[in-house]
Parts: sequence; structure tokens; C-alpha cells
Amino acid sequence: MTTGSSSNAGPTHKLVEAGITLLIALFGVIVIVGSLKAGVNWGAEGPRAGFFPFYIGIFIVASSAINLWNGLREDNDGLFAEWGQLRQVLSVVIPTAIYVGSMPFTGLYLASIVFIAWFMRWLGKYPWLTVLAISLGMPIVTYFIFERWFMVPLPKGPVEEWLGL
Amino acid sequence: MEELVNLFHGFAVALQPFNIMVMIVGIVLGVLIGVLPGLGGANGVAILLPLTFSMSPTSAIIMLSCIYWGALFGGAITSILFNIPGEPWSVATTFDGYPMAQKGKAGEALTAAFTSSFVGALFAVVMITLVAPLVASFALQFGPAEKFAVYFLAFCSFVGLSKEPPFKTIAAMMIGFALAAVGLDSITGQLRLTFGVTHLLNGFDFLIAVIGLFGIGEILLTMEEGLAFRGGNAKINLRVVLQTWKELPAYWITSLRSCLIGCWMGITPAGATPASFMSYGIAKRVAKKGNNFGKGEIEGVVAPETAAHAAGTAALLPMLSLGVPGSPTAAVLLGGLLIWGLQPGPMLFVEQKEFVWGLIASMYLGNLVGLIVVLTCVPVFAAILRVPFSIIAPLILVLCAIGAYSVHSSTFDVVLMLVFGVIGYLLKKCNYPLAPLVLAIVLGDKAEEAFRQSLLGSQGSLGIFFSNTLVSSIMILGLIALFWSVIQQGYTRLRGATASGSQAL
Repeated sequence: MTTGSSSNAGPTHKLVEAGITLLIALFGVIVIVGSLKAGVNWGAEGPRAGFFPFYIGIFIVASSAINLWNGLREDNDGLFAEWGQLRQVLSVVIPTAIYVGSMPFTGLYLASIVFIAWFMRWLGKYPWLTVLAISLGMPIVTYFIFERWFMVPLPKGPVEEWLGL
Repeated sequence: MEELVNLFHGFAVALQPFNIMVMIVGIVLGVLIGVLPGLGGANGVAILLPLTFSMSPTSAIIMLSCIYWGALFGGAITSILFNIPGEPWSVATTFDGYPMAQKGKAGEALTAAFTSSFVGALFAVVMITLVAPLVASFALQFGPAEKFAVYFLAFCSFVGLSKEPPFKTIAAMMIGFALAAVGLDSITGQLRLTFGVTHLLNGFDFLIAVIGLFGIGEILLTMEEGLAFRGGNAKINLRVVLQTWKELPAYWITSLRSCLIGCWMGITPAGATPASFMSYGIAKRVAKKGNNFGKGEIEGVVAPETAAHAAGTAALLPMLSLGVPGSPTAAVLLGGLLIWGLQPGPMLFVEQKEFVWGLIASMYLGNLVGLIVVLTCVPVFAAILRVPFSIIAPLILVLCAIGAYSVHSSTFDVVLMLVFGVIGYLLKKCNYPLAPLVLAIVLGDKAEEAFRQSLLGSQGSLGIFFSNTLVSSIMILGLIALFWSVIQQGYTRLRGATASGSQAL
């Protein structure tokens, strides 16, 4: 894949779509393999566990083959997205992944404060005061609504334990 | 007559002070969800579902269905004021709503949209009141083959009626079925497709999929567009409302037609979005001022809004009476019923009378409350829209994470949510519809169970699905729906051929 520096460059729609169609087909193959393991024929009590998903897997592979064919035949030179747009998307996906990944260790509240603050400061360029007010305010409101009023426990980490919440 | 008595009991339930409060909270939250980008009806209901675990099922469903009504109302606000459809079903509302707002007639457009929404919903609720008990008592006789035929019809309608390429719809749907199959097999009790991963023992929860696909996916799509947000102003006063109300009865034919289209499209799981487009298209062709459509014609707001709301409401009919949801949001509500230990389907009308009729009564009241809330609070909601996306986005992401976590108190689900989000973004970009995927996850186990039980009865012969008039007629309807676009193409080609043939003569 080529890397372009101009704002109008990016992966073509055709290429990405073909890739995704192949991934879906691969998923179908995995489903077929898994079904074969579970048994696709008739057992003592009727169709075995893999019977239904086996045909589903075949459907996935077959329809992906048609989609691939249609996609490649299509006269579409458009871009999937510009590199700049993809960078925007990744600037959300990567921090969200870090946020989600750190949640089991830090608890929801601390992770959320850092995440919101980072997002507002880095992408929104807000003054620190606004950043602090919202990034602290939201988890506090969440705490009262979920844990106090509706009794839904949320993941907690060492900080919450230290605060005795 | 018995239904009427039941309905009055229902009103008594819905009018309890706590339930009215829940209704208002639900509507306000719903409008917020409808207005904010990245928080759709299905996703919003999924996130807030855990909040209702501590309530009684009746109050819980009232709150969740009111969130749904609110989201339906809210979608119109952003379409008209900002030319940004808050929900897919309000895309058609932008065609004439936004030009009206630009001409300084935002108040009229909003009043027309809200009122038509209300009319559409009311029509659909009356239909549900009259038809749902009949359908349910009819469906009580269904065996596994008939049950599977109904699922078959539902999924075929998706393929035939959606505007996405049919094989992409099939692929998306089958991915959903495959995800539903992961984990414990409900009939043999055997594990399958887990590949030794313990986290997958219980399979994929569709709530996680909904929050990821619709919530996170939508935010990623919005990020691509950049963070800029264009704002507008809105004022509605009583004079404008009354004046518009005086004008509206003139469009009663459009209204009625849109109601019928909406109800039909809502019951077959095509959903609110195609209903709104279809209704707009027909109104444009039929109306006297059809040429003016797209330039700010009030009829162009009435048609899609009525149909979308009628479809959104009618989608609950098959959910309640057959256990087959007509839209992703109805699917989430169905998931809620299962969590509260209620089995959706015909037995609900026999065993849970208070619940069903309380819900139906709350539909009447909820839409009335909704109309009042949106008419009076438009400036407030429009102001919320002006909060920049770089503040809204992280808050919505955190809310999605909380929603995903609280379904099973599992942080693994939160990771899964993000994975679904990225998948949703990619699939949406490649024109794969997400609604059939979600519906297949919800209904996968039930459809499979019905399918295998029917085959058990027939010793593996597919002939069971055509063994009596009832099941064969449902299956044939399904096949017609499946090949609908092909049939339509063939018909137009045939007509084109005969037309050119007669010209040649």
C-alpha cells in the first residue's frame, strides 16, 4: 500500500472492500471448521450442534464470493477515505483501545477521567479549566446515577478502594 | 370488548405516578439520544437497559419504549435545524425540512414534523391495540415449522426490501447467525465454535454488538467528517404551532397514506428508514405541489415523518405478538424482556396481561407526553446540539463502555464492544447493512431451535415447511419477499419491452 502525503490520497474503496470481503469469507471458513468439529451430521437426538452453523458458514463463504466478484467488477475509483480522515478515526480508536484495555486495572472512573481529559485537551484544545470540570464531573455524575440510584456496580480500581467507595 | 377492558386496566397501570415520571424521564433521554450524533435509538436503549434492572418489568419497558419514542421525535430536530439527520429514518425529513428552516419557517417545519410523528404513532398504536391480540391468539397454534417460517419471512423481507446489495445483506445476516451460534448449543448442550476460549462459552451478547456496531461505529464515522459542527437557531411559539395545526388537516390523504405505508413497513422488518423514503417518494409523485418538493414544502415533511413514526411504532407489533422484532430497537427491547424473565411471543398476551396492556397504554400516553415535551423544549435541545463534538464524543464513548460493562459486569465485553465498533465502521463504509446482523444475533438461537425441531419432526425432510397451507403460505410470502427486487426488475423490463415493442409496431 502506498503512503500519500497530499490530502486527497488514500486507499481505494475497491481495495479495502475486497479486503473486508475476504475477511468475511475467512470468518465463514472458521465457522465451517468449528461446525465440523462439533459434528454436522445427525446424531441420536437429531441434528448435531454443528448442523445449523455449518450451512450458515457455507452461506457466508458463498455470498462473500459473489460480493467479491461484484465489488471487483464495479467501476468505482473512489477512495475508501483520505489518509487524513483515517488518521482522525485512528486518533479515536487507539486511545479508546488503551482506555478499554486499562479499565480492568485502574477501574472505570480513573480511566474515564484520563480519557475524557485527553480527548478534550488534545483533539478539542479546550482550556484546562473546562477540561478538568467535565472530565471530573462526568464520572462523579455517573457514580451517583449508576451506583447510588440504580444500584449498578461499575468496575473499580485501587483509587476507589483507597477512597473507600 | 375484552381488549377494551384490558386496555383500561393498562391505562390504570401506566397512569401510576411512578410510571408517569419514568415516562417523562424516558422521553427526555430519548430526545437527547435522537439529537446527539453517535447515540441512536437501538444503541441508546441498549446502554440504558442496565438502569432498569432494579425496576419492575412494566416500568422498565415503559421507560425503554419512551426512550424509543423520544429518539423518533428527536431525529426530526437535527434534520430540520441542522440538515444533519440524527437518525437514519429522518434523512428524508431533511429534504424539505431544512429548506423550510432556511426560509425562516423552522417553527412550522418542526411543528409539522412533531405533529405528523404523533399522528403516525397514534395510528400505529391503535392498530396494535386492535390487531396484536388477534395475531397473538392466532400464533398460539404455531408449531416449530410455522415459527421458523415466520423467522424466514422476517429475514427474507430484509434481503428483498433493503436498499443495500442483496448478497451483502445476506452476508451480514449470516454473520449474525454465526455469532449467535457461538457457545452452548441449547438443544444438545454441547459447546461449539468456541475454539477453547473460555470467554466465548456464553456466546456473544447482542447488546454488546448493538452498542459497538451502532454506537462506536457511528462515532468513528462522525470523526471522519471532522469535528466541525454547524449550528442554527430555533424558536417555536404557540402562535406558530396553532397556525401550522390549522394548515395540517389539508394534507390528510398524505397522512393516511404515510400511516399505512409506515405500518406495513414496520410490521415486515423493513423498518422506519425505507418507510420514510417510500412515503416521501410517493407523496412527491402524487401531490399537487410535487414539483416543489425539495424546496421547502410542508407536505414533504409530513409524509416521511408520519411514515417513520408509524413504522417505528408498528415494529413493536410482531415483537409483542410473535417474538420477532421489526427493527433493531425493537430487538433490543425484546432482549430486555428476556432479561426480565418474560418470554416474548403469543403467550405474553395470556400470561402477562398487565405487562402487555400497560405497555400498549403507555404507547398512547408516551407519544402524547413526547409531543408536549418536544414542542415546548426545542430550544433546549437545539442548544445541546451546539455543544462541540469533541466534548460529546468522549462522554458518549464512556457511556457506551459503561453500558457494555454493566450487561454482564465483564470488562471483556467492553473490549468486545470496541472490536464490534471497528467492524461496524468498516462494514458501514462498505455498504453492509447492520440491522439484519443484529436481528440475526437476537433471533439466531430461536430460529435454529425452530428449524431443528421441525426437521426432527419430519426426519430431516425440508418438505415440512410446505406440509400445510399455513406454513407454505408464510414460506411462499417469504420467497416472494426474498426475490422482490428481482421480480420488480423483471416486471419493469417486461413493461419496457412491451412498450418498445408497441412503439416499433
